[in-house]
Amino acid sequence: MTRIDKNPDAARDAAVTVRGLVKHYGETKALDGVDLDVREGTVLGVLGPNGAGKTTLVRCLSTLIVPDSGHATVAGYDVLRQPRQTRRVIGLTGQYASVDEKLSGFENLYLIGRLLDLSRREARARADGLLERFSLTEAAKRPVGTYSGGMRRRLDLAASMIGSPAVLFLDEPTTGLDPRTRNEVWTEVRRMVAEGATVLLTTQYMEEAEYLASELTVVDRGKVVAGGRIAELKARVGGRTLRITPADPLELRPTAAALDEFGLTGPGNATVDVGSASVLVPVLSDEQLTAVVGALTARGITLSSLTTELPSLDEVFLSLTGHKASAAQDDVPAREEVAV
Amino acid sequence: MSAAIATPHAGAPASDARIGLRGHLRHTGALIRRNLLWIRQDPESMFDAVLFPIVFCLLFVFVFGGAISGADNRQEYVNYLVPGLMAMMGMNIAQGVGTGFNQDFQTGVMDRFRSLPIGRASVLIAKIVVEIGRMLVATAILLAVGFALGLTVSDVPGLFAAVGLSMVFGFGVMWIFLTLGVVMKSAQAVQAMGFLVLMPLQFGSSIFAPTSTMPGWLQAFTDYNPLSSLADAARGLMNGGPVAHDILITVAWSAVLTAVMMPIAVRKYSTKA
Repeated sequence: MTRIDKNPDAARDAAVTVRGLVKHYGETKALDGVDLDVREGTVLGVLGPNGAGKTTLVRCLSTLIVPDSGHATVAGYDVLRQPRQTRRVIGLTGQYASVDEKLSGFENLYLIGRLLDLSRREARARADGLLERFSLTEAAKRPVGTYSGGMRRRLDLAASMIGSPAVLFLDEPTTGLDPRTRNEVWTEVRRMVAEGATVLLTTQYMEEAEYLASELTVVDRGKVVAGGRIAELKARVGGRTLRITPADPLELRPTAAALDEFGLTGPGNATVDVGSASVLVPVLSDEQLTAVVGALTARGITLSSLTTELPSLDEVFLSLTGHKASAAQDDVPAREEVAV
Repeated sequence: MSAAIATPHAGAPASDARIGLRGHLRHTGALIRRNLLWIRQDPESMFDAVLFPIVFCLLFVFVFGGAISGADNRQEYVNYLVPGLMAMMGMNIAQGVGTGFNQDFQTGVMDRFRSLPIGRASVLIAKIVVEIGRMLVATAILLAVGFALGLTVSDVPGLFAAVGLSMVFGFGVMWIFLTLGVVMKSAQAVQAMGFLVLMPLQFGSSIFAPTSTMPGWLQAFTDYNPLSSLADAARGLMNGGPVAHDILITVAWSAVLTAVMMPIAVRKYSTKA
């Protein structure tokens, strides 16, 4: 697919490059020297707790604020020196749906189409097309104020796509959404990516990053603390936890003993959670998971449930930074994640 | 592949970052349309423009008018008051610009506008154009009420000139309130601030009563108050009298306000974090 408007002089591959980006709010270092790259056609997840600097990063890259120092390019354009060119190639969906509540869904999209220099007819056709695509045609004429949370987010995504942007910034697109609505948004994001969009996505959820992103950058207190492919990072943070619930609660101890005996996950790694009558075992690979199941079958232990759990943000942070993610929240500037 | 992403937009290529005059007009026009749709969606937002002139006109003519001019001179007071209220309407509408603009920032809509490749003044200008329209509506209603109460105008072109002059001054003042709307934290704060600034300006002027009865120290203030000049100029234009000096003062104030506050408003708008 041909991406429009990309700076022809730009280096191939990197749709977004960030080098040494710094932004201070008084004493608070919202960004304290951030480096990252997003390869063209991929999704980079930026994972971090509140106040880690995620929103500040997105606001810098979308030309809404000017960093104190550092360098960034988007689709080959220098964000600081070519803000107007940059604005032509980006789409932005903020943490809070940035759509006009008093206007109808159609009018919201039509307005943005006109602001992006589409003719009246083109803007109308584009608005109709996107409304249909995001299943909003029926609600097209209603004021957005009457929309559900999920409809607003979908309209917000549609709005950020009107200009067929080369790079999309999604700032915590599912924060505050119920699981069903979150799934709707995820489906749409995956679709955009399948069609070739480059996405920088910020999130607080490991699950979201794993579902949508191919690579991950973990930020904390304005700094990148880890980065790489999701699988690599997961291996570093201990991967998944397997929760094994034997059918007979009396089998709890024998189950744990069996796993330790097999030494599948390292001795003494299986822990018994009496409260939920289950055994927790960290697993690093699919092979290990299969082996655990095999071992239990060999011992003749009947299971009532077997689930894998991703490490929580806290666990990721604990293993990557040595401290809990929530500790970073203390010195959040009020505006950081609240400002929209 | 869906057409949704693949359809390139027809605008200028990104390598040409300049926005031509036609582009600016198109952007501003689209944003004006948005502001008008707001009014259609929320007709109550016109209450200030519609009710204020009626309430103030009736209040001052019937409640205070007799005391100010003597019960027999009520007719004369209408001719004195209406041009003054015309100046005041502009201020009240201008204050509304600030609160409305501030509300836009509370939602993410301004972020979206500011991340689009449009001239950053377009959003401000579209706001002002619609507010000037609201000022015209308010002025028309004020004049209608005035005529119903016996307002006489000896110079019809002068009436239009007076309306034009109050628009020009309102335009200048709007930039102050746009700036306040951007920098202040809440719409309520903008409103409180506007009230604090406008009350002394509006009442410490020749809008409601001639300044000659005021103590000397107050006259020193009221005579330099641009609202006094605007009100006096409007009176002169509508019913004769010396106007050149007052027009000059009013136009000069408008020009200075616009020249100083417009760049500040645009800058604050562009760089708001």
